[in-house]
Amino acid sequence: MGIAESLTARRFFVTGGTGFLGTALIERILRTIPDAEIVALVRPGRRGDPNERVARDIVRNDCFARLRSELGEKFDDEIARRLHAVAGDVSTDGLGLDEEGLATLASCDIVIHSAATVSFDAPLDQAVEVNLLGPSRVAAAVANARAGGGGPSHLIAVSTAYVSGAHQGETSEKLLSEDRFSLAVDWEAEVASSRRLRNDVQDASRHPDQLREFTKRAHSEQGASGTHLLAARAERFREDWVKRQLVDAGSARAQSLGWPDAYAFTKALGERALVSQHGPDGANPVPLSIVRPSIIESALSEPRPGWIRGFRMAEPIIISYARGLLREFPGVAEGIIDVIPVDLVVAAIIAVAAKGPEQTHPDVFHVASGVRNPLAYGLLVDLAQDWFGRHPLYDERGQPISVPAWSFPGRGRVQRQLRQATKVMGAAERGLTMVPFRRKQAEWAAALEEKQTLAERALGYVELYGAYTETEARYRVDHLLTLFETLDAEDQATFCFDPAVIDWVHYVSEVHFPSVVERGRVRTSPTKQTGPDRETRMRTAVLAPERHLAVFDLEHTLIASNVVDSYAWLASRHLDADKRVGFVADLVGAAPRWLALDRRDRGDFLRSFYRRYEGAPVDEVKRDAWDLFHEFLLPRSFPAGLARVRHHRRLGHRTLLITGALDLVVEPLAPLFDDVVCARLSESDGKFTGRLAELPPIGEARALLLDRYADEHGLKLDQSVAYADSSSDLAMLEAVGYPVAVNPDARLATIARRRGWLVEHWKRASGGTDRLLPLGSLDVKSLVGEAGSGDSR
Amino acid sequence: MTARPGFVLEVDGSTPPTLFWKGEGFTLERLPEGSRVIYAPEPLDALKDPVAAIRHALEHPTGDSEPLSALLRPGMKLTICFDDVSLPLPPMQAPDVRQMVIEEVLDMAAAAGLDDVVLVAALALHRRMTEPELRHALGDRIYEAFAPHGLLTQHDAEDPENLIHLGKTDEGEDVEINKRAATSDLLVYVNISLVAMDGGHKSVATGLASYKSLRHHHNPRTMRHSKSFMDAPSSELHTANWRMGRLIADSGVKIFQIETTLNTDTFPSQFAFLQRREWEWNLRDRATYAATATALDATPDKLARQIFHSIRAPHAMTSVHAGEVEAVHEETLSNVWRQQGVVVEGQTDILTMGLPYICPYNVNSIMNPILVACLGLGYFFNLYRGKPLVREGGVLIMQHPTKPDFDPAFHPSYIDFFEQVLTETTDPAEMHKVFEESFATDPWYIHLYRTGHAYHGVHPFYMWYWCAHALEHLGRVIVLGGDPTAVRRMGFSPASTMADALEMAKDVVGPSPTLTHLHSPPIMLADVQ
Repeated sequence: MGIAESLTARRFFVTGGTGFLGTALIERILRTIPDAEIVALVRPGRRGDPNERVARDIVRNDCFARLRSELGEKFDDEIARRLHAVAGDVSTDGLGLDEEGLATLASCDIVIHSAATVSFDAPLDQAVEVNLLGPSRVAAAVANARAGGGGPSHLIAVSTAYVSGAHQGETSEKLLSEDRFSLAVDWEAEVASSRRLRNDVQDASRHPDQLREFTKRAHSEQGASGTHLLAARAERFREDWVKRQLVDAGSARAQSLGWPDAYAFTKALGERALVSQHGPDGANPVPLSIVRPSIIESALSEPRPGWIRGFRMAEPIIISYARGLLREFPGVAEGIIDVIPVDLVVAAIIAVAAKGPEQTHPDVFHVASGVRNPLAYGLLVDLAQDWFGRHPLYDERGQPISVPAWSFPGRGRVQRQLRQATKVMGAAERGLTMVPFRRKQAEWAAALEEKQTLAERALGYVELYGAYTETEARYRVDHLLTLFETLDAEDQATFCFDPAVIDWVHYVSEVHFPSVVERGRVRTSPTKQTGPDRETRMRTAVLAPERHLAVFDLEHTLIASNVVDSYAWLASRHLDADKRVGFVADLVGAAPRWLALDRRDRGDFLRSFYRRYEGAPVDEVKRDAWDLFHEFLLPRSFPAGLARVRHHRRLGHRTLLITGALDLVVEPLAPLFDDVVCARLSESDGKFTGRLAELPPIGEARALLLDRYADEHGLKLDQSVAYADSSSDLAMLEAVGYPVAVNPDARLATIARRRGWLVEHWKRASGGTDRLLPLGSLDVKSLVGEAGSGDSR
Repeated sequence: MTARPGFVLEVDGSTPPTLFWKGEGFTLERLPEGSRVIYAPEPLDALKDPVAAIRHALEHPTGDSEPLSALLRPGMKLTICFDDVSLPLPPMQAPDVRQMVIEEVLDMAAAAGLDDVVLVAALALHRRMTEPELRHALGDRIYEAFAPHGLLTQHDAEDPENLIHLGKTDEGEDVEINKRAATSDLLVYVNISLVAMDGGHKSVATGLASYKSLRHHHNPRTMRHSKSFMDAPSSELHTANWRMGRLIADSGVKIFQIETTLNTDTFPSQFAFLQRREWEWNLRDRATYAATATALDATPDKLARQIFHSIRAPHAMTSVHAGEVEAVHEETLSNVWRQQGVVVEGQTDILTMGLPYICPYNVNSIMNPILVACLGLGYFFNLYRGKPLVREGGVLIMQHPTKPDFDPAFHPSYIDFFEQVLTETTDPAEMHKVFEESFATDPWYIHLYRTGHAYHGVHPFYMWYWCAHALEHLGRVIVLGGDPTAVRRMGFSPASTMADALEMAKDVVGPSPTLTHLHSPPIMLADVQ
């Protein structure tokens, strides 16, 4: 009986259906097995509906394109009839199934457990819950379902070939307990320990010293952006720290026991746990088969050559190499890289399902290429060099990137080099963000940060995947081939899983690389992309008529000036030349204190600085402020910024200026906007008191103010635009749907780059007046001498 | 020594290189043999006693007018309007002609017992003058007497409270001018006619008008039909202003026009070589040239600009006439021609010119690319009577750095014009149709024009319209030494050397072209026969 025939109308219960392997498996079953039904266990979607998640994350994947075109109009009905979803989670005992879910499980014939945390750098606790305990939980649920007499008759657990560790020599398809190289680790102790560790690390992360460190880092990254945002950032740092500790713990524990990483380690223990509890000798026996693929990569031919889902192990490395980021990757030229196309793995699983379980001893199958049809690491590198030589990626200037020749260095050397580079760049970046740079320098800092991230990532690849290119283990596939031999010729063609079928040169060059590059979102031609570039698209979105509100910060966003400049201009305007010198000295002397204060808290700075206006005559200062604007501020304005405000108004958007500058300074600018929110000094007897009449609109206050303003005017902030220059405006930028960083300082440049915000570089008009010190009108002629003669006024 | 008339030199092997201005600097260029260089007449002798001449003019009016003293009586409303900072160029050494004339008028008004006197700077859509500029034009005495009391005002073409609509001309043109001036018992206009299009009815009809009124003649059609606007009978701009001026007179506005002319003594003694003929340069001239040209090349732009803009010209008055507008203007024109006229035989294939640092619209500021175009194609190209100096389809080569630098306080709408309009079109008619209104009515520009020192939002359009006649007439415009991006954006061709520019010109006018160089400043008017 052929595979399709023997599985016809059977019901499959599949975990991990939204993953790479799971998606391919579901598609293949639906396409090739008549009337077979599938129940997919998925974590419920955001709205709690598992069917929605299945539709979104499985059926909508391009994996189903072939089936969709084969079925035509019947596709939707067919899917609805044959693909069902139940909500559940393999990291919970009982899989989180409700009564109905359990009943559904009991109605299935075959269970395929393919859910796993495949990330090689998952935190230990997460890997333990999913990879180690997941298989036993599935088995327990199956045992439970079988208790009533019916229930699934076969559990196929997908594991990995690397469970047998990184030892040299060939490994055959045996249970781990039968493998002389496999350490008998007490998996229950590991589970308990990982749970304890999670609690310990959580506690440690809340130690006052740690918390202070997180706060300090948040402050250095975001500056004076406000209590709430700094707290949110610090909490992120804490969570990241916890995760990193657990990742470290996982890989250290794995390596101490001879596994390359926490993934292989937890999968191995998961297999042991599964067999010990539910094998033929276990307390609740379930008919088991174990399928261990090696590194799964893009499809050889099913559903179409090159189909791949997600960005997997080899892809980032290939792209990094093609971009010239990864100049060396450790490995031995003669070493074998054990890659297996996903469709071969899927076919093997289906064949195992059709064959059925052995009742006395779990079946183990390797699905790997290393022994039957080895791909030498050196050949892969040669192919990569050749392919990217012919199909180079292009840099942002449209120049082809030439790929480096690989020298197969040892892992240690590459790690050292990368660590060094990462460290140097990290130091340079910290240095740059501490200096209040703007524009180009700020961009450098952000670019440097990006480079550093890339270098860190490259280092990560080397640390993570190095073991896989250096591993000298060979996974035998005798059992798999025996199974293949039992198939008739038609099944051998339809469900081919003999690794010998792969022509590596063809697969790597014609199938895998093109697919990876296509999905890698990289430039593959020297010409600019057709259509507008990203920046233009973002600007178009910002200037779409349907936006509601455009909010502008003032200083360094629209005008290259600040409250100190304005004050100095106003205060010095009526001084004679001698007094001006003293005034300037005083101002310069106080500058460092103000700068420090401003860095710490903008509100404190403004309150403290505005004291200087104490006793100034209100009318005179207000009159002078108009000259201040026309003679000093307007020449320092960014014309493109002023044009942008008016562009928003022309589009019918409401425009709002929010600034910590004083009302009298801002008054001449008021006609540019629909509304202005600014600081106001209180007055008494025609003089300023030097005290603010109300809290200045700065930092987080701006976000609250925006909320209120939007409410009052019936505007939606997610349809609004905000323009600002500094990380202290972060709250305001985050409050809207379309934040724009204008001439950002280094911190904001970094943040904007990370979050993909539009960055505008607005410049002062180059023909404006330019005075070294922001002082009231100086007589230029007295400085340069009079070139004419006889002007005797 | 009497002033020598203008001169047309034919370049031969012994001719020294010719001076070319290039913004805040100059170079010497060797022109091909056979080229012509047109030199301005030398500065005429000044009136010996200008104050006496002014008094004489006020009391012996030209045309159908009573003497000023007879027009003044106690209790009347008098408004004295004067030309703004765009005249003269460069600004003249103190005392300014306006100061001298207005002081005499005010003396007479005081003697006649007037107490309602207001001064109005006739800005049209130009920027408001700064305090130092007003003090320079009027003198401290007048400034102190009027400004603190709000009696020294600047025309505001956007002040609905102070504009009056006097009617429409036969051609349907709105005539809307300054209300205070129009409703005064007497409007005295104090003019400086630096070029032939200044003065006459244009003083009031343009200088005191609103945008609504100005748009009837400041548009591409009028400019294309003003050939040239320095030549009244052939100027549509002139005709329109005269129509409006007559309507103003007919509507009962009593104008006493005072027009003055200046000689072309443009540069102070240390820059005397700039207005001498090169083969007559003495050792001192050559040394000053070498020192100045070298020093300027090494001077930062902004400093060089400050130095040049502090130049005060030793201009001196050559004539003053007062009375009825048209009769006075006749006299003025003949005096302008007496100083500036040069007879030139026939047109040329290629016209070259070096553009200086200043034009009427960037006094104390930077000459942006649009003003460069306006100075070359609007002003210098139009310094002719009869036929243009360059033949139809010919080439204009002008030298100027043409950097895309703008003054954000004086020329804010120019920046947006350069970024938003010139990137879409360089055709005056097209931009008139598509863009003019949005700039002219932009509330932000109006705000800056009224409260600051910004040119009106529509002003860059007018500058481009000035070029309309030249743009239509010329086969190509080459900007020698110009910033390639800015030059190309305006639809012109950049060239880095004169040799390159000549080669490019030959592509248009053919091999062995004729070439004429307009050696200006000083200003001259070519009478092309």
